[in-house]
Amino acid sequence: MADGISGASGTGRGYLAETGLRSWAFSLDHKRIGVMYLYTTMFFFLVGGLFAELLRLKLMTPGPGFVSDKTYNVFFTLHGALMIFLFIIPAIPSALGNFFIPMMVGAHDVAFPRLNLAGYWIFLAGIVVVIASLVRPMDTGWTFYTPYSAKSGAAVTLLSFGLFLVGMSSILTGLNFIITIHTQRAPGMTWSRMPLFIWGMYATSVIQVLATPVIGMTFILLAAERLFGVGFFDPAKGGDPLLFQHFFWFYSHPVVYVMILPAMGIISEIIPVFSRKPIFGYKAIAYSSMAIALAGFLVWGHHMFVSGMSSVAAVIFSLLTFSVAVPTGVKVFNWIATLYRGSISFESPMLYALMFIFLFIIGGLTGPFLGSLGTNVQLHDTYFVVAHFHYTMMGGTVMGWLAGLHYWFPKMTGRMLSEKLARRAAVLILIGFNVTFFTMFILGYKGMPRRWAEYPVQYQTMHIIATVGSWVLAAGIIVMVWNFTRSLYRGEAAPGNPWGALTLEWQTASPPPVENFEVIPTVTEWPYSFGRKGAGDA
Amino acid sequence: MHELGGAEAAHTAGGPETARLGIWLFLATEVLLFGGLFTAYTVFRMQDPALFHAGSLKLNRMLGAANTVVLICSSLTVALGLAAIREGKIRMLKVFLGLTLLLGAGFLGIKAIEYSEHFARREFPGTDLFFSLYFVMTALHAFHIAAGLAVFSGLLWLAAKGKFDAGYHTPVEVAGLYWHFVDVVWIYLFPLLYLIG
Repeated sequence: MADGISGASGTGRGYLAETGLRSWAFSLDHKRIGVMYLYTTMFFFLVGGLFAELLRLKLMTPGPGFVSDKTYNVFFTLHGALMIFLFIIPAIPSALGNFFIPMMVGAHDVAFPRLNLAGYWIFLAGIVVVIASLVRPMDTGWTFYTPYSAKSGAAVTLLSFGLFLVGMSSILTGLNFIITIHTQRAPGMTWSRMPLFIWGMYATSVIQVLATPVIGMTFILLAAERLFGVGFFDPAKGGDPLLFQHFFWFYSHPVVYVMILPAMGIISEIIPVFSRKPIFGYKAIAYSSMAIALAGFLVWGHHMFVSGMSSVAAVIFSLLTFSVAVPTGVKVFNWIATLYRGSISFESPMLYALMFIFLFIIGGLTGPFLGSLGTNVQLHDTYFVVAHFHYTMMGGTVMGWLAGLHYWFPKMTGRMLSEKLARRAAVLILIGFNVTFFTMFILGYKGMPRRWAEYPVQYQTMHIIATVGSWVLAAGIIVMVWNFTRSLYRGEAAPGNPWGALTLEWQTASPPPVENFEVIPTVTEWPYSFGRKGAGDA
Repeated sequence: MHELGGAEAAHTAGGPETARLGIWLFLATEVLLFGGLFTAYTVFRMQDPALFHAGSLKLNRMLGAANTVVLICSSLTVALGLAAIREGKIRMLKVFLGLTLLLGAGFLGIKAIEYSEHFARREFPGTDLFFSLYFVMTALHAFHIAAGLAVFSGLLWLAAKGKFDAGYHTPVEVAGLYWHFVDVVWIYLFPLLYLIG
């Protein structure tokens, strides 16, 4: 393995050498900004998870249970809104993207470091406003559909403003990444030598930049509706509630690819490293990211099949929806082809990557059930939908995120994780996850509607199984968080390149020095040439 | 291979080319932000063309036209300021930035007069869909003007401190592109709102 690379800082603490609050809060270093995003989003992952546990607890009994129906509405709105807007959308792009894009393209920093820092503070300001709006807790669900959201007693106006700020931060981050990838690549790094994580992030950024302004406008209009009664979404005034749904999903559908594309990028990095094989079909994976981003803009209507949209539109949206499966399938086949006859080693990043592929295939294959017009009418707004998007969002994105955290932990902290604890956590998470969410496929198929606080007693057994599963899942998360915390202080010192990877971020010290590289590297090969003489594992 | 120029070099990665790319991409996001409103305009006008016809007749065309002239002039002064600093004429830059600020403030002043006329006639956002669109669109545009004025004030301050010269004036150029964009949005808003009656 190619370790023993000299640390540029000389202190062994690299970019972490400086301490104190100010050295973080005003740092222009993309790595520190990435770490701040990481802590912030991780915090909301845990808070959102706590609400999920409360939800499951409430649903163990078919009747009123330990909280009122009103409080239940607040729980699931907070679980959804926090997880979507404050965790899963920013988690990989803002945290890992910020940390690793400049390093992987071989740059000292992003193109606009000040804008980057401003983005973080706008994000934080947005969060403060969102929290302030919870004085009168949200009960609209995370989709804020009008007309209810225009009339709800909750502080929707304030929340709109908070999410507008969060969106603005997302736009600035995406913009920064696109320009960084265009202008800051190291000499010799052509587009076809870029790591696949960068390709994934590039596609992600395009969506962030082009879709987020539309949700920003939607929030402005929702606020105007509540403040002035402008009537855009109110049929009594000649407006159209469907317009809100169109605007909402024009953003929120593409944004599910903001959630998944970076995770797919991470998986594309990890699979070849731990199979010690060149990635199969590099160009197909790179272009399929762009294809998914593009197709993602054309399919938002599939969220509205039963909302009163014209049936011609529904058929077209159904057809277009299937087109997303093609580039997604291309990726999955390429990962599996890379694994084929590789010399696979099962370190924790690889475990999570394989869990990603397994769970994401289940999530992906249940997509067509919902994308087909006929089955959708049966399954719409049932637990089948909940199970489907948890398999893609949590089984996909969160597993990809965890794979990335385990993969890059040594680089970010200069410490190794405990493999033993990581494996135990992975097993608990895998079991807990499937018990919780596979049960929901069955619940949904049997007709249990989502979002209901109370339900017919025949569904109770299934709900109890799902709740018990959620405890196992939570136990896994706790073990994982314990592993991160313990290793941060007591982990073994990490070498520069513990996995023998070939991408540029590993070709410097762990943790990296302030400017990433003493000398900007010149790139002569693509980063997946495993097995060739002199390449990484020689 | 590139030599490392110290910590400073690390955090000032972008040159003028990078900044130009950045602002164009930002303007693309602005197109989409306003795009939502233009979509709403299209939908609602198709549903009820008579309402839009009638509403348009209630707007003050003279003031709207005056504002169009004011805004186009301000775009000219921005362009002249950029031309001046490209030749290193810092004094001329300050003059033109000052003129731009005046014209921009004038635009907001005229807009305020129009708004007060509407309020006096009890025309509010929410009166009907035309006025809702009119107020939301022009208010969002006015907000962009106000943001531009803040930017130009900052530039004037930097110019006074002698930060710009013939070799370095990227912020002026970038702010100019933003201003031209805001100008172009108005060029669409004016006929769509004022001249369809």
